[in-house]
Amino acid sequence: MLVSATHEMTVANDGMIETFTRTREISRAEVIREICHHLAPYQNGDQPIVGDTVIAKDLTIDSLAIMDMVMELEDRFDVSIPMSVIAEIHTVNELADTILDLSARG
Amino acid sequence: MGLFDRHAGLLEAYRDVRTTGYDPFQIRMERVLSPTEAIINGKKTLLVGTNNYFGLTFDPSCMDAAIEAIRAEGTGTTGSRIANGSYSEHVALEKEIAAFYGKKHCMVFTTGYQANLGVISTLAGPDDFLLIDADSHASIYDACKMTQAEVVRFKHNDPGSLEARLRRLGDKPGNRVVVLEGIYSMLGDSAPLRAFVDVCKKHGAYVLVDEAHSLGALGEHGRGLCESTGVIDDCHFIVGTFSKTLGAIGGYCVSDDPDFDILRVTVRAYMFTASLPPSIVASVRQALRVVQARPELRTQLWANVATLYDGLKARGFTLGPEHGPVVGVHLPDRMTAIGFWRAMLDAGIYVNVAVPPATPNGVSLLRCSLCAVHTREQLEHMVEVMTGIGRQFGVLPAQPELRVAGAR
Ligand SMILES: Cc1ncc(COP(=O)(O)O)c(C=O)c1O
Repeated sequence: MLVSATHEMTVANDGMIETFTRTREISRAEVIREICHHLAPYQNGDQPIVGDTVIAKDLTIDSLAIMDMVMELEDRFDVSIPMSVIAEIHTVNELADTILDLSARG
Repeated sequence: MGLFDRHAGLLEAYRDVRTTGYDPFQIRMERVLSPTEAIINGKKTLLVGTNNYFGLTFDPSCMDAAIEAIRAEGTGTTGSRIANGSYSEHVALEKEIAAFYGKKHCMVFTTGYQANLGVISTLAGPDDFLLIDADSHASIYDACKMTQAEVVRFKHNDPGSLEARLRRLGDKPGNRVVVLEGIYSMLGDSAPLRAFVDVCKKHGAYVLVDEAHSLGALGEHGRGLCESTGVIDDCHFIVGTFSKTLGAIGGYCVSDDPDFDILRVTVRAYMFTASLPPSIVASVRQALRVVQARPELRTQLWANVATLYDGLKARGFTLGPEHGPVVGVHLPDRMTAIGFWRAMLDAGIYVNVAVPPATPNGVSLLRCSLCAVHTREQLEHMVEVMTGIGRQFGVLPAQPELRVAGAR
């Protein structure tokens, strides 16, 4: 329901949406779903993409495309992930936790 | 694991490239004849991939200046400016570049790569923030590896994307340094600099612009995008290179910041490498005079851009988004790009081939760079040649569309 509430706020008050999106809690499942959605084009055969998938190794994605995907996720969840932090992320789970962590610190 | 094992993927790609016959990364210019022609593989070849935007590499006044300087001061400085001192010519060149931009300070580096590497990595320190365009040049990315600042990328040429990232920093302490380029080196597109500057002002961020490909090409006096968009005063740091329009080698950074000179004793890429030799400094000083005295070179450059860009576009090629001294021709994949490149070389035309990971968004490109002294005939010929190869490679429709004059 939070999502539809956000839409109403957009109409009602443009200024409030920022505060609202930032304080809105995002669920881990939602973040993982979004990451998997971005990674789907790089799936290796029919090996499923799961939390433990090592992004740079188990998939066909190159480092530049990873950074571009991160930029999309940053905007989707309204966080910024420094490049040095990206370099330390290996798995889908680690990426999700980084996003959740940064989002909570908002 | 062997030392080279981790490059296995790259080695394989490189082997693919070489199966086409020539190796694009080991091209030999057997003899350079002029800014636009060289002997390659024993054959006279048209050069359309050398960043020699004004054709000044063979300008007689620049060559004479260099020769005189060698006779007067020798071939090299044999050390850095910190160790061996500055020659009067280094200081004069810095004064002239500063005056060219109307800025108070200038530092000259041995290459543009080192200017970016040294200045960017040093300006932003621990607790600061560096925000870079996603399509930034390798020298900017390498600076980011050396800095202690937090680095965040924003979407290419997207001021809204930068603003979102500045906003997210909220009231965290620390300087914000935003790094942009005047004209991007792969696709020849220029930054919406004014919009970027507005965003930076709003968020109190410093602006650094690399005018490597726009020096000479843009602005009424050739100062670059900062001039053509009227924001020189809002650009805190302007970086550039002598290796393109000015036809030599070296880099610079100008600024009005009163403490700018502290960089001379903090930037390692300035302190620990030999300074430019007298001949280079002399030819660059002269080239800068030529840029200011001969605005017609800029006019000719853009006329040539139009001939090539519009000609290729009309034939159905997919190009970079706008006219620029660099014209990027999109090809479907790496092997087509390399095959196309080689076919052009066989036909006597040299351009650059750019393939992932050196390109944005994984695109494969033929990267053409124009020169003010290309002739219209040379470029029209090039469009014809590329159209033929394009059909042969299935990049353009095999049959030219029949356009029957007066039909119906
Ligand atoms: C955007 C940009 N910045 C900097 C450089 C480095 O210039 P230099 O050749 O002087 O090292 C280049 C050229 O390679 C460039 O394209």
